[in-house]
Amino acid sequence: MSKLNPLFIGLSGVMLGVAPWVINAAPYESTMGLVQKVFYFHFPAAILFLVAALICGVASAIFLFGKKPRADGWAIAAAELGLVFGSLTLVTGPLWARKAWGVWWVWDPRLTSSLLLWMIFSAYLLLRKYGGPGSDKLGAGMALFGMANVPFIYVSVNVWRTLHPQTSVVPTLPTDMGIPLWFCFAAFTMLFMALLNLRARLEHQRARVVALYLAEDEA
Amino acid sequence: MIANFVRVAWHVMRKDLTVEVRSKEVLLTTLFFAVSVVLVFSFAIVREGRAPDDVAAGILWVAVSFSGTLAMGRTFERERYNDTLRALLLAPAERPAIYTGKLLGLLVLLGMVEIVLVPLIGLLFNAPILAFPGRLATLLVLGTVGFAAVGTLFAAMLVRVRSRDTLLPVLLYPITIPVMIAGVRGTAALFQATPDLAMAQFWIGLLLFWDAIFITLALWTFEPVMTE
Repeated sequence: MSKLNPLFIGLSGVMLGVAPWVINAAPYESTMGLVQKVFYFHFPAAILFLVAALICGVASAIFLFGKKPRADGWAIAAAELGLVFGSLTLVTGPLWARKAWGVWWVWDPRLTSSLLLWMIFSAYLLLRKYGGPGSDKLGAGMALFGMANVPFIYVSVNVWRTLHPQTSVVPTLPTDMGIPLWFCFAAFTMLFMALLNLRARLEHQRARVVALYLAEDEA
Repeated sequence: MIANFVRVAWHVMRKDLTVEVRSKEVLLTTLFFAVSVVLVFSFAIVREGRAPDDVAAGILWVAVSFSGTLAMGRTFERERYNDTLRALLLAPAERPAIYTGKLLGLLVLLGMVEIVLVPLIGLLFNAPILAFPGRLATLLVLGTVGFAAVGTLFAAMLVRVRSRDTLLPVLLYPITIPVMIAGVRGTAALFQATPDLAMAQFWIGLLLFWDAIFITLALWTFEPVMTE
């Protein structure tokens, strides 16, 4: 798995470097014009934001109930990436909203719950940073509660009639808009996987160093 | 099995309430804090004897959540301070039953605080608290249960952690905001000039949904989280 990291990082770097030209080549959307193009970054970031929450929650459950210490490394890696991609989502969203709705922010269910999830990630990382010993288990408990929010975010927009476009809009995109979208999506996903892998490995190595120190003390 | 669970939960709750009846520490401090929060809002918002419309519901829930956080921190702090937490966990009882007892004790305390809070809100902000007493009580009970279910778990988890006093609200508020939204919106629907009962009913349903999720998750995670 770790052998793929340089490949993923290189490939996503090249793809993200080329992305401006690909996005530029896509046709202008009739009502939104130039601003619609932020969507090519907003959508992949938002999806990976939810994926990060799921990975963090599942890894925390495995850590807590399966007593697998390595799962905790994946959980903290996913939480940090969730914060990064969540911030991307929350920055690109208002750029689009300003043009589409005339305001930067509205308290619509999907926006509200995305912000909430972002806050949960922040709280999780604050706990991990300042909680001291024992905070890994508490973080896992917290992440489980955070994950309960994810399906809620995903369906919220389809249950309530809200301002945010429905998720069903994506498969119906015309091909020349679909290609740049999936191009960016692939680049973001590879970047996400490579970073997740590297960050989790760092955490596992840190755990090993701690274990070695403890063994040294006992000897 | 079930009878044993109920018995343990009952004993833990009774123990907490007995300590509380003798010292009255948590109840009096929480109550005083809740009243101060409402008064601060009233000084800040009421102009020339008139409160703006539709603020009463929000202030009621802010007071409940602020004072609730204070009470939660105290219930487990007392166990730590007296070194009784380990004894409690060593007791030959199911962990979820201990959690349930702690939660019930906290709910009784918060219920007593709310009995004072609600008339105070009605008085200071002209809220029609007696228009739909049953629905208002349902909203308050369900909202408090959801909030306290998460709060009891987090307070228990944080007992052994540094800077637990700052971390409890930091962790608790983002997670419980869905419950707060449902509570505030539902109460606001009852308090507005033309009450919207269908809306209040919808939020009550949503509160039930979140309560079920939060209580299930809390019962499920209390055991592994409290194991050293």
